[in-house]
Amino acid sequence: MLTVKRLAEALNANRILMPEPNREVTGGYTGDLLSWVMGRAQSGDAWVTIMSNVNVAAVAQLSDTAVVVFAEGVVPDEAAVRAASLHDINLISVPEGAFAVCAAIARMLEV
Amino acid sequence: MRPASESDGALMSEPLHFHFDVNGDDFTSAGEASVQVKKLLRQLDVAPELIRRISIAMYEGEINMVIHAHGGDADVFIAEDEVTIRLRDDGPGIPDVEKAMSEGYSTAPDNIRALGFGAGMGLPNMKRYSDSLTIDSLVGKGTTITMVFRF
Ligand SMILES: Nc1ncnc2c1ncn2[C@@H]1O[C@H](COP(=O)(O)OP(=O)(O)OP(=O)(O)O)[C@@H](O)[C@H]1O
Ligand SMILES: [Mg+2]
Repeated sequence: MLTVKRLAEALNANRILMPEPNREVTGGYTGDLLSWVMGRAQSGDAWVTIMSNVNVAAVAQLSDTAVVVFAEGVVPDEAAVRAASLHDINLISVPEGAFAVCAAIARMLEV
Repeated sequence: MRPASESDGALMSEPLHFHFDVNGDDFTSAGEASVQVKKLLRQLDVAPELIRRISIAMYEGEINMVIHAHGGDADVFIAEDEVTIRLRDDGPGIPDVEKAMSEGYSTAPDNIRALGFGAGMGLPNMKRYSDSLTIDSLVGKGTTITMVFRF
């Protein structure tokens, strides 16, 4: 089982918030347009994005993604982190671009 | 959030009714009503996939009221076998509903797009995730959207 904790370690990610380290990652989705994410991401996905505002927390919460992975070293703004902490949303950040991150996650999921 | 009816609803003979005001100029709290509804449905032991569909569809509608209509209000009715969500605003209305429903159509301004909205996917998502969607809109008067989700 791929947990968020193990994913973060493997990606050497910066842990911004990890209230649910043992949540299972079952898939992935990448995108910055929030309605695409809400329409296409699945529950349990790792959501890879460079969008950093407060609405990301709401979308992650409603879509029930396992973790938000900020690519390109993006750091979410304060309001986003505050909202995410209220709803136990996992947030990590990595310096690589979305393509490289998705490729790495796909390898771990063996998809 | 407040229960809008006197009945305690424990027997679910009458639908539970909740009313929310959706503030039109506060982007940071946009989505609060949907998050509340998600919590409520969890307490009522509704199936997780259904909760996900309902709360996403409501969020899309809530965000639309904030972005396109300066806010409005939402009523949520939870019955034994279905959930009905009614979103009402006094905004500019939708001149061409069919066009608004098509994937990719958006009138969102640049500052809103910069936040990740404006893909023109909100109404299509609401249609996809609900069992029925009715749009009642009058230009210059406002819009009422009703979604039904069956258990
Ligand atoms: N409550 C509303 N009042 C007035 N116009 C609306 C309302 N809801 C939607 N619209 C119109 O319908 C269009 C399409 O809505 P839709 O939710 O599909 O896309 P969007 O809000 O522009 O972008 P997205 O939802 O992908 O972030 C909007 O751009 C707007 O012109
Ligand atoms: Mg929309």
